[in-house]
Amino acid sequence: MIVADKKPIEEIIDMVKDFKKLLIVGCNECVTVCEAGGKKEVGILASALRMYFMNEGKKVDIDEITLERQCDHEYLEELRNNIDQYDAVLSLACGVGVQFMAEKYFGTPVFPGVNTCFMGVTEERGVWSERCQGCGQCMLGKTAGICPISRCAKRLLNGPCGGSTKGKCEINKDLDCAWQLIIDRLKELGRLDDYEEIIPIKDWSTERAGGPRKVVREDVRL
Amino acid sequence: MSANNVPSRLKKILDAGHLAVTSECGPPRGSDPKAIKKKAEMIKDHVDAINITDNQTSVTRLCSLAACIHLKLMGVEPTLQMVVRDRNRIALQSDILGAASFDINNILCLSGDHQQFGDCPQGQNVFDLDSMQLIQTVRLMRDEGKFLGGDAINRPPQMFVGAAANPFADPFEIRVPRLAKKIAAGVEFIQTQCIYNLDKFELWMKQARDRGLHEKAYILAGVTPFKSAGMAKYMKNRVPGMDVPDDVVKRMSGVPKEKQADEGINICVESIQRLKEVEGVKGFHIMAIEWEDKVPEIVERSGLYPRPNDL
Repeated sequence: MIVADKKPIEEIIDMVKDFKKLLIVGCNECVTVCEAGGKKEVGILASALRMYFMNEGKKVDIDEITLERQCDHEYLEELRNNIDQYDAVLSLACGVGVQFMAEKYFGTPVFPGVNTCFMGVTEERGVWSERCQGCGQCMLGKTAGICPISRCAKRLLNGPCGGSTKGKCEINKDLDCAWQLIIDRLKELGRLDDYEEIIPIKDWSTERAGGPRKVVREDVRL
Repeated sequence: MSANNVPSRLKKILDAGHLAVTSECGPPRGSDPKAIKKKAEMIKDHVDAINITDNQTSVTRLCSLAACIHLKLMGVEPTLQMVVRDRNRIALQSDILGAASFDINNILCLSGDHQQFGDCPQGQNVFDLDSMQLIQTVRLMRDEGKFLGGDAINRPPQMFVGAAANPFADPFEIRVPRLAKKIAAGVEFIQTQCIYNLDKFELWMKQARDRGLHEKAYILAGVTPFKSAGMAKYMKNRVPGMDVPDDVVKRMSGVPKEKQADEGINICVESIQRLKEVEGVKGFHIMAIEWEDKVPEIVERSGLYPRPNDL
């Protein structure tokens, strides 16, 4: 899923303090799972903002809604008939949802309520960690199912570097060395000899470096 | 073009069967070239080549290439250290050509410390290639006279290609396979991480010999003298991938403060003497961090002076 984290309330206030009628829009997908932008967080943020405006002596109307997704037309369309009532929208979706909302409702100011962090997993409740950077050319088959691009601080394709110590990364003793994980798993799979295969220079053009990306599937287009 | 034509003095010394001696100098944090020239002047008669570090520990400094050119103009043989942290493949190839245009004939291919350790922890890193792939790139440019993009290079670089090896980082079991991998990528000489745990180094070297790797690349053993017991403790506890045994720290702590620097030199000289006996060690890389004036003494006391000059 896409993992996001809450923005500090001060930053949100600074963005929306001059509007009179606000709509806070949650998303029922990834940001609900990582407890940053679902229905529950929409409610908490709305209460915090109402309290702030009340203390400031300002009259601001705040409505709440949580859509199934903000990255698909059909769910965003649910706002079509009401959007003009609002001075601004505060979207608690990831950056994808915020942008799709802004594209769709061109004349309405849209602000982000979360910081979008990465594609990752729930390690345990309250702990999420990165697993994928969407390089567009998956090589997990060569690295025992562990991604050196997203999990090595130097994204070394032929690691580990000399800073790997007791299974941890040189930049943080709480961070696993991705190459230690790869080697441990290659060993478990009886494939440690694969380690000596040099992974060739990567084509990064399918990654961010190649510019904004698009997948077009003629076979499923309507 | 055959590697035998590479006009590197370091390579010639190793090919002739001499124990090579290299050292390193860190460039200054400013644009005054006097600092680098002064360091080189101190050690140039006692070493065969001088590595110039490339923004080591990710702290911004005068660039390695410019410092190498200063050395070259002094008649000293430089080894260009090049990390893949800060430059993409365009910049790396371009700097290799720049170095070659000044007939810099040695290169050391490295990953580089993470930028978090330096003065720009909020900066981007690049890591377009890794150190293994940089070795392949230099060999392609030299041996096939080609850019990564496939076009021909007019006057290809002539470089003796080196890399680092850390026998002490984890996991230990892949340390020799990793060396084998660098050799397969095309590395011709290796400078190791500072050796304090000689037993572990000897085990690594034995495993390397068992695979015949000592005959496929020249291995220069890395040594760094301790200036003080404090430095020994710092290296033991704080520097990633460093293995300083307790008895070495104890030995440094066991002498009065004013004698610790001498003891550090003694340990370094004794280490070199023991390492000379290890089959497969073809020379020494003395990293006297901001203590270059001690390099001549270490070289002389280790019986490595005078340096061969008939090549």
